[in-house]
Amino acid sequence: MLELRSVCAGYGGFQALFDVSLEVRRGEAVGVIGPNGAGKTTLMRVISGLIRPTTGSIAMEGADLLATPAHRIVGLGIAHVPESRRLFPRMTVEDNLKMGGFLPSARAKYRERLDVVYGLFPRLRERSRQLAGTMSGGEQQMCAIGRALMSDPKLLLLDEPSAGLAPVIVEQLFDLVKRIRAGGLNVLIVEQNVQQVLRVVDRAYLLKAGSIRAAGTAAELLASETIREAYLGV
Amino acid sequence: MGILDIFLLEALINGVLLGGVLALLSLGLNLVFGVIDVVWICYAELIMLGMYGMYFLYSVYHVPIGLAAVVCIVGVGMLGVILHVVVIAPLLGAAPINQLLATGGVLFFLQSAATVLFGIEFRNLGLRLPVLKLSEMFISYSRLLAFGAALIGMVLVYLFLTRTYTGTAIRAIAQDRHIMILMGVDSRRIYVITSALGGGLAGLAACLLVLQYDVHPFVGLSFGPITFLICVLGGLGNFAGGFVAAFVFAELISLGGLYLDLEWGYVFAFVFFIVMMFVRPEGLLARRS
Amino acid sequence: MRRSLPWIAGAALIGLPFLYQSAYPLHIVIIILIWSFAYTSWSMMGRFGLVSLGHGGFMGIGAYVTALAWNHGGLTPWAGIPLALLAGGLLAVLVAYPCFRFRITGHYFALVTLALSGIVLQVITATRDQTGGSLGYTPERYRGGSSLYALQFSGKTTWYLIALAVWAAGIYVWYRVDRSMMRYALEAISEDEDGAAAAGVHVTAEKLKITVLSAMMTALAGALYCQYQMFISPDTVSGISISLQMVFAVVVGGIYVSLGPTVGAAITILLAEVLRISFGTRAVGWDNLVYGVLLVLFIVFLPKGILGSLLDLRRPSRGRPAPSA
Repeated sequence: MLELRSVCAGYGGFQALFDVSLEVRRGEAVGVIGPNGAGKTTLMRVISGLIRPTTGSIAMEGADLLATPAHRIVGLGIAHVPESRRLFPRMTVEDNLKMGGFLPSARAKYRERLDVVYGLFPRLRERSRQLAGTMSGGEQQMCAIGRALMSDPKLLLLDEPSAGLAPVIVEQLFDLVKRIRAGGLNVLIVEQNVQQVLRVVDRAYLLKAGSIRAAGTAAELLASETIREAYLGV
Repeated sequence: MGILDIFLLEALINGVLLGGVLALLSLGLNLVFGVIDVVWICYAELIMLGMYGMYFLYSVYHVPIGLAAVVCIVGVGMLGVILHVVVIAPLLGAAPINQLLATGGVLFFLQSAATVLFGIEFRNLGLRLPVLKLSEMFISYSRLLAFGAALIGMVLVYLFLTRTYTGTAIRAIAQDRHIMILMGVDSRRIYVITSALGGGLAGLAACLLVLQYDVHPFVGLSFGPITFLICVLGGLGNFAGGFVAAFVFAELISLGGLYLDLEWGYVFAFVFFIVMMFVRPEGLLARRS
Repeated sequence: MRRSLPWIAGAALIGLPFLYQSAYPLHIVIIILIWSFAYTSWSMMGRFGLVSLGHGGFMGIGAYVTALAWNHGGLTPWAGIPLALLAGGLLAVLVAYPCFRFRITGHYFALVTLALSGIVLQVITATRDQTGGSLGYTPERYRGGSSLYALQFSGKTTWYLIALAVWAAGIYVWYRVDRSMMRYALEAISEDEDGAAAAGVHVTAEKLKITVLSAMMTALAGALYCQYQMFISPDTVSGISISLQMVFAVVVGGIYVSLGPTVGAAITILLAEVLRISFGTRAVGWDNLVYGVLLVLFIVFLPKGILGSLLDLRRPSRGRPAPSA
């Protein structure tokens, strides 16, 4: 479904991704793990169009992402929940969700999608008129995921969803990801919290210093030495 | 009621009426700054052009005033778009000061173009609207009309910003422009729409101001600086702050004009502004970062 | 040879009026020198990102305080000018201190200063009984024409030398600031204010110092203009147009370069004269029109100005051009 081939990307003179190739097949949940500064967020941004790769190719269901204007990428079915949520702080929960459903195709299904999101996150329905910036970290994360779901995406990109959240909330969060997956959505998660993410994904890649060091099923990686080295590592 | 009380009340009321128009002006400027992060220094000059437009349409070509107003609003709206596309858009990545200076250049250009095209004489719409007498006070109908129209304009903008998708996108982009891509929003389109809206508000302000004041190429100098002060005091980009500050300044100008020459009203307002900076900096720190 | 170049140029400049007596070109040169001094004063702040759109206000204060002190107070300009400088400095402190203290920078600062110059204009107009308002004001002629006491001279040569001296002093001050610690402090502040403060720079104090210096120099330019032209009006020495003209000229000439403002002054003044001669009275407004268009074009295509861009071509590796010129 999503295919990256030899992608290089960076910021100005600084290169963050070196020759990254990965794929997310239909029906899969894939994780990308790695230590701080590995380039995981850059990877997400390159897929959703926030930054452009310098070389390589990215295709979503055959469509060439590099040939697509950045703001049209979400129209191809890729929804990105950015690192640290990036909600619109002085807008209500409902307005934030509304922005998620900005696409013309999503506007037609606004009510329906809203019900889906409130179904997954009943807390959001209670707080629909509350300013997003005044909510707790966990609630903001729910809102951010809900916002991404409003466009009825095929692939959900989750960037460090557990960041800044208490362990109990993180646990609930990943349970939720499982539920979303069960509903038929593909997920690509980038995470530092290895244990939690390998619980919910089928396969994962290890990203360190901008390149893929290892790949395999969740079980394989959980057992492997490579991961331990990468995190504690040299 | 003593004579002085009557004049005071009249000044207070006129202050409120003036405040409505000033609030409209500051709304336009705040919109553009909040969304595009650029200050249109030439904003008052756009209004000046709108006022000339009304003068020519109504007084010279005898277009019915309602139609003239619509043409004026749409026309200045388009000027706003042209300003954005020609001057602002090429400079979006540049240092903010360059953007400021570029609109300064446009200010120069518009004032001079008006001087060359229309001459420096004062022109008046020639519309004599009645003056209402409430107990002992005289309230001019044109001021009431201006106040009413300004309020309606602001309500319409409010509805647009809160009830429509585009309006919501405009509010969103002012809070976090970088992730708008993720929502499928084309920032450049939003900028153009905002420029049109800012220009349209200037056009509306022009219609209202031309009812009360003469137009000449430098008329923008009468209310431009005040609008900037209002926006800075309320916090650039802060709509509610600008709204409140507009009425405060309007009262200062009105009351200042009661006891002294009109120009002193502006001086008071500026002095008040300086004092406020010392006394309540939080009011000024309510800016977007 | 390179060492003696400035001296040769200096001697040529000083000797100019003695060799070439024609009054009109000399008048133009004097005007250029006075405005160059004003523009250089502005650029002392502008180059550090402290863009003031209110220097027209300081110039106006310089001109009007001097003239009013002479006409109403009988105060010789030798005392009146220091008074004007003081007034300008005080106003600068009054407006700039709260701005800097409360971190009002960039857009905000520019707008506040813009309003300032507008207000100065309003005050001049409002006090029309004393200042003549928009009709202008004339310092009284003292006994015939030339007098050191009244700082009035009928000979252009004298004025040329005075203007040259003041202009040269302005360039000298520019260089002094350029080679001082203040320059590095201000550059650090303009890059990253918090970082500079953390490194121990007294941000507010440094900014205030350069602002007051710039304001006082500009006031001096205003006073000088008043004494030379013997006629001032709000539009010619103060107000937003003057402020913008200042910025425009410096941008055209080159903001980071010592002679940039001078080049800018020469270009704008000569342009205005050419237009005036070609179009006569129909030229009213055309010069500003051309300025406006050129300003926009320059900002978009040549933000470093003419001199700055030319120097950049000589030193292609620089981000900002080197200070000397």
